[in-house]
Order: sequence, then structure tokens, then C-alpha cells
Amino acid sequence: MAVAKDDVMWIEEPEMGFWEMTFLPAILDGLKTTIRHVTHYDPVTQQYPEEKPSLPLHYRGVHRLNRDEKGRVKCVACMLCATACPADCISIEASAAPPDWPDRDKFPATFVLDELRCIYCGMCEEACPVDAIELTHIYDLTGETRESMRFDREKLLAVYDKTKDDPRDPLRTRRGKLGPAADFGTLPTVAPATQVTAGDRSAQSTAPGTIHTYNNPRPFDDPGGAT
Amino acid sequence: MDAILEYIPKELITTLVTIAVVVGVTLGVISYLILLERKLSAWMQDRRGPNRVGPMGIFQPLADGAKFLLKEEVTPAGADKVLFYAAPGIGFMTTMLAFSVVPFGPVGVEGIPWFVRFLIAPDVNIGIVFIFAITSLSVYGVILGGWASNNKYSALGSLRASAQVISYEIPLGMSILGIALLGSTLDINTLLMQQTGSFWDWYFWTQPLACLIFFTSALAEANRLPFDLSECEQELVGGFHTEYSSMKFALFFLGEYAHVILTSFLTSILFFGGWHFPWIATPESAYTGAWVVKIGVLLFKVGMVIVFIMLLRWTIPRFRFDQLMNLSWKALIPLSLANMVAVMTVLQFGWDRWWLTPISLGLFAVAGLISVAMKRAEIRHRPSAAELAHQFAT
Repeated sequence: MAVAKDDVMWIEEPEMGFWEMTFLPAILDGLKTTIRHVTHYDPVTQQYPEEKPSLPLHYRGVHRLNRDEKGRVKCVACMLCATACPADCISIEASAAPPDWPDRDKFPATFVLDELRCIYCGMCEEACPVDAIELTHIYDLTGETRESMRFDREKLLAVYDKTKDDPRDPLRTRRGKLGPAADFGTLPTVAPATQVTAGDRSAQSTAPGTIHTYNNPRPFDDPGGAT
Repeated sequence: MDAILEYIPKELITTLVTIAVVVGVTLGVISYLILLERKLSAWMQDRRGPNRVGPMGIFQPLADGAKFLLKEEVTPAGADKVLFYAAPGIGFMTTMLAFSVVPFGPVGVEGIPWFVRFLIAPDVNIGIVFIFAITSLSVYGVILGGWASNNKYSALGSLRASAQVISYEIPLGMSILGIALLGSTLDINTLLMQQTGSFWDWYFWTQPLACLIFFTSALAEANRLPFDLSECEQELVGGFHTEYSSMKFALFFLGEYAHVILTSFLTSILFFGGWHFPWIATPESAYTGAWVVKIGVLLFKVGMVIVFIMLLRWTIPRFRFDQLMNLSWKALIPLSLANMVAVMTVLQFGWDRWWLTPISLGLFAVAGLISVAMKRAEIRHRPSAAELAHQFAT
């Protein structure tokens, strides 16, 4: 039995009158509609290369690596972004910070972000404790080779230099100064990319921000016991 | 120069010039009509249409033409090469041939330079028969193209298309017979001249039903929407032209558009008085350049019909194949037959021909009433929803 009897609704076909049967009024009605579209022509098409779209402020485009007030890279090579990344597109090699950088232990010797692999979810931005990585408004990114779409540290810093004065690309999570991750819980985020409420699944997760990927099955402590 | 001209008959020169002008102008107009259609379609759908090639996209036809010429020509393996190459040519040529008896402007009027002529073949006193005979040959282009492609979908599509074109040929021809009887001629230019007396001499007023039937079947003949069953993109990949590429494909569409232009010319000449318009362009108007105005009036009417065809395209939904056949065999053919009988009766008994207007409307009303009665009978014999529900439940 494919369909339950109670689910079937039988409908009487409406009877067609004389004028309906000749179809002429319907055709005239249709012509009126068609002509009205020509006389009240109002296209919504955007002429893309000439007219750029005005994107919402939370748009997530190409990444940038922010600089601190001394012009150094803000990143402290804590790997939180690479850990949070669901697409596994960030690879960081950390090394000890230069001795004249007293405020941190590590800095990224290399920081490569594959823009082709990225899904622009903004998790890295959320994860970063020092507001070093952010997503900008640049959406028309093209490249001639795959290699050219793998952005290294200098290229990501160059994106920052290009976009820092753009009103559409404010420092989204400005906490003033480069500091340890300790104040992450106390300072409110100024303009988070996405709002996380207490009811969200991610907020209720026992291990927030840690994602077990298929390609890179890193064992992690799971108090829930899903081993 | 004069010595050479003496040995060449003037008639030959004017004929060659007219042929060259007609073919050239028609092809140019077709390419810009395609742009107009794309623009109009876009406006009707609140889009912008082609606007990248030149201002407002006015060079789009040139780009399209260049693209069609430069694209790779694919001839499928196992295709009948001769027929495969000949089919688009047949389709296009037969339609263009029909233009030879269509008057493009006032014929035989004073004040026109000797080398200007608006009719390639003057004094063809069976003009309408010639047009129908020649344009019905264009179905060979469709069926040969579909068969020679060595493709099942093409063959099916061409069968369907030829069935459609042949079915609609009957009402097309019979709807014109009424006018031919009223004018007691088959010469298109004579039929045009008969309507130039006054506004009320236009055959549309005495033959409105014939006009409707003629226009409908001509749309179906030209494979225009809502009758574009031959161009079945949804069901049979592309119908008879599935295997055609580049210029061969373009020729089919040039043929279709030439058919649209021909249809518009015939509709405005046979039913709407051709170049005649009261006070502006009458046979008596003798002001300077009157013949130019007359061409303008005719081309204006033709343009209105073409725009109307384009409007219809996005107004009426496409027919199913059985609906298409029903419309032709159950509605248009009996109606055109009845219309012809009415014209014969009026002429035989010498009644005033204005009786034809109410008779036409009456025939239309009777057809509508019959279809209402048939639908009611069909509904009555069908189990009602309540009965179906009962059957289903037990």
C-alpha cells in the first residue's frame, strides 16, 4: 500500500465556462501582463563589473593577518585557527619569537593558507585569541595557478596593508593590544562574525572548537567517551 | 555604358537588383529581429538582455554571426552527408523563395524610379498558391535533416515537426480561400489593391475568424511559440536539429525567422490592407514621396505583427502534442471549412458581404459552445470525486 487512504484528497475539477473554453480572455489577460512588464520595466539585475554589490558588514572574504601597532605580525602561532579549521587549509610552522619581542614566546615562521581549500566559514577568526586572522571584504579573488592561491604570511600581511583603511574592513575583534589568551572569556567581542548563544550546539559541545577531521584524525580527550 | 545597357533588358536589371536587395535586407533584418526578440524577451522578464557588445548590445548580431561562422562544424558519423548538408539549405531557400511574390510596397504607382520595384515576380496571378506550395516544401528541410542525422532523437523530432507542419497547412490554406473567393483572385497584389478603398475594406472586418485561423496556423507553420514542438529542447534534446552545429544550425533559424517575416507580411497584406491607411496612404495620395510613406505604413504594420508574435511567445504556455493536434484537426480545420462555406453561401445568394462579420463571430461562438458541451459531457461520464473516493476506500 503506497498511500494511506486518509492522505488522499479527492478534488472536483472546476467547470469551465464559455469564455474560459475559448481561451481568448485568458490570452488577453496574459498579454496584459506581458505588456505591463515591458511598459513598467524594472530590472533587478546588477551590472557586476561596473556596479559592485554593497556587501553586509559580516561578509567573509579573503583572509588577512593583522599587524600590531609596531607593524609586527600579531599571530602567536598558537595553532587554534588551524585546529578549528574544518577544511584543513591552514598550515603553520611555529618557531621561537625573536628575543626583542618580549610579549610572546612563539611566532609563525611560515603561515600558509590555501584560499582554494578554504570554505570561508570564519572559524579561524572566531578561534584566534589575539585577533590576528580576520576575513575581509575581498570576494573577487582569482589566480592563474593553484600555487598562487596558497597565500603565505607575507601575502596575508599584504592583504592587511591593503584593507586596513577600508571602512568595510574594520578590525572586527579589536581588543586593543596584543596579549595572552587569558582575557578571552572576560572581554566582550566587538563585532563577532557569528553570534553564539547558549542554546547553540557548538556552545553545548563538550570540546568546543575542536574538530575531529577525517583526513587528519588527531586523537583528543573526549570526556563524553566517544573513542 | 548605354550601348551595353541597350542589349540587357531593363527588366533583368531591376529583377536582379530587387533580388539582391530583398535577400540582403531580409538577412540583415532577421539578425536585428533576433536582437529585438532577445531584448523584448528580457524586458518582459525584467532582465536586461544582451548589452555587452556595443552600446545597448547593438553589435550582438555581428558577434553572433561571427560565432556561428567560426564554430566547429560537426557531421555525425553515419550521417547521410548529401541530405545532411542539403537540409538547412532547403529549409531556408524555400522560405526565401516565397518572398518573390510578396509585394514590399506599392506596385505600379507613379513617381517611383525605374530601378525600384517592390515585387520580384510581378503578375504572378496564383501568388497565394505559389507561397503555400513553396513554403510547404520547407518541411523537407526538417524531415530530411532529422533523418539524415542518423540520430533517434532527431528522427523522432523531425517526425513530430513534420506532422505538425502538415496538419497546420490545411487550415492555413483554407482560411485564405475565403478571401480568395471574396476577391475572386489569387494574386496577392490584387487582393491588396481591393482593400485600399477605405478603412472598412480591409478583409479583417469581413473575415475576422479567417484572420484568427490564418495567424494561428501560420505561427504553427513557422514553428513559433506556443507551437514550437519541432524545437523540442525539453523532450528530445533538440528535435530535428540535434546534430546540427555552427552555420548549418544558424540556417535553420534564419529560415524560421524568414518565415516569421513572411507570415507578418501576409497577415498585414491580406487582412490589414497592406500599405493602405486612411488619409495617410491611399491610392489617391499624390504628394511627393507618397510611395515612401506607403512602404513605411506597410513596414509599420509588419513590425506590429512581428512584435505581437514576440509578445505571444511569453504569454501563451506551450502546447502538448495531442493538444496541438486537437487544435488543428478538431477546431481550426472545421472552423475554416465552415468559414469557407459561409463565404460561398454569401456569394452564391448575392447577400451583402457584411453578413460575414456576424457569421464569423457566430461560428466562433458555436465552436466555443460545442467545446463547452463536450467538456460537460466528458465530466458527466467521468466518475465524480466522491465516487472515486468511495472506490478507493473499498
